[in-house]
Amino acid sequence: MKIREIVEKIDGKLITGEEKLDEDVARGFAADLLSDVLALTEESTCLITGITGPQAVRVAEVLNIPLIIIARGKQPSKALVEAAKVASIPVILTDKTVFETCGILYSNGMKPCKIKIFQSVSDESDSFKD
Amino acid sequence: MDEQKLRLVYRVKPMDLASAGSVSSQIKVELQRSGIEDDVVRRVGIICFEAEMNMILYSVGGKLKVEVNSDKVEIFAEDEGPGIEDLNAAMEPGFSTAPPWAQDYGFGAGMGFPNMKLNSDVLEVDSKPGTGTKIRSVVYRRNTDETC
Amino acid sequence: MKLAEIIGTLNLRIFTPGIVGFEDVEIKGGYVSDLLSDVIASLAKGDIWITIQKHFNIVAVAKLKDAGAILITKGFEPDKNTIDKANEEGVILLGTELGTFEITGKLYNLLKYGESK
Repeated sequence: MKIREIVEKIDGKLITGEEKLDEDVARGFAADLLSDVLALTEESTCLITGITGPQAVRVAEVLNIPLIIIARGKQPSKALVEAAKVASIPVILTDKTVFETCGILYSNGMKPCKIKIFQSVSDESDSFKD
Repeated sequence: MDEQKLRLVYRVKPMDLASAGSVSSQIKVELQRSGIEDDVVRRVGIICFEAEMNMILYSVGGKLKVEVNSDKVEIFAEDEGPGIEDLNAAMEPGFSTAPPWAQDYGFGAGMGFPNMKLNSDVLEVDSKPGTGTKIRSVVYRRNTDETC
Repeated sequence: MKLAEIIGTLNLRIFTPGIVGFEDVEIKGGYVSDLLSDVIASLAKGDIWITIQKHFNIVAVAKLKDAGAILITKGFEPDKNTIDKANEEGVILLGTELGTFEITGKLYNLLKYGESK
């Protein structure tokens, strides 16, 4: 899905990365906690979140996340907007909930990212070295 | 390209939750600039990010060091305390001692060590209450097997 | 829609099968969040709360907000304390191996959420 279409479908507002409106985003991932995002397995996956601080951009930089969607009508911090501009990462704001945003994008053909299922440590033999 | 050993050292300050990831994104840029393989950069970035978050929320501060060799990248995260009370629990996916207010900064998924482990070829954690936590992680550069 | 139909169609795991009448709970919507404070502020009564959180505190939050059920994603399993507490409070705990985005997309379609708005 092109970023332009995503903006339209979720009644969003693109606040950074206008130059990337015609880029494609293949997959979606919804999370509010950074470590959950850091477990993301595939590239070209956009992040749908309520995180409003610059950490969202830093996690996007490390993982090559091509788009951040901030849902629930949350306003990003100035630091997030600045960091997104510097890193050239598009950010969309929407008043829709994360539930609605995921629902709409999934219904319009956006694919999920493959999920890593973590096994409990007690199920493994090589847990860690002390 | 001649292999030249690259060594990065950063200080991580405690309790500055909003700065989470700032050291790791710098490390990523430095590694990319040095021509390290994309997959290795990604894995090292994730490991550093998790180590950095742990140090910010749970320690009194520490150092994050990255050493690049021709065959591997080594990450050393060393803090000055207070140490992890129950290391077995900390390794357990979904276990977290993060206070609810830290969630607003994205902390508390309980996947820090699981993510480090997933992305490391070698992960050693040494921690005792009262002292501090030392983490050594190795990512091999010749490894073409993707962990994902 | 009845919870039993959602559980069956989406192949959800039930951690609290002992709660009387859980099959007949009526679900109208969903709310996705991993932030307890956000759920306390915004979850609507009867919503399924979708999260990766499996922490003990989710039960109290769901109870406080009259959530229809809690759906824990990515294969995370609540521990025994949390399940015991949920049974005691009558809070239905469900699970899925799918990630939050995918299960939410499927639930959204199943509830025909977009059409009812």
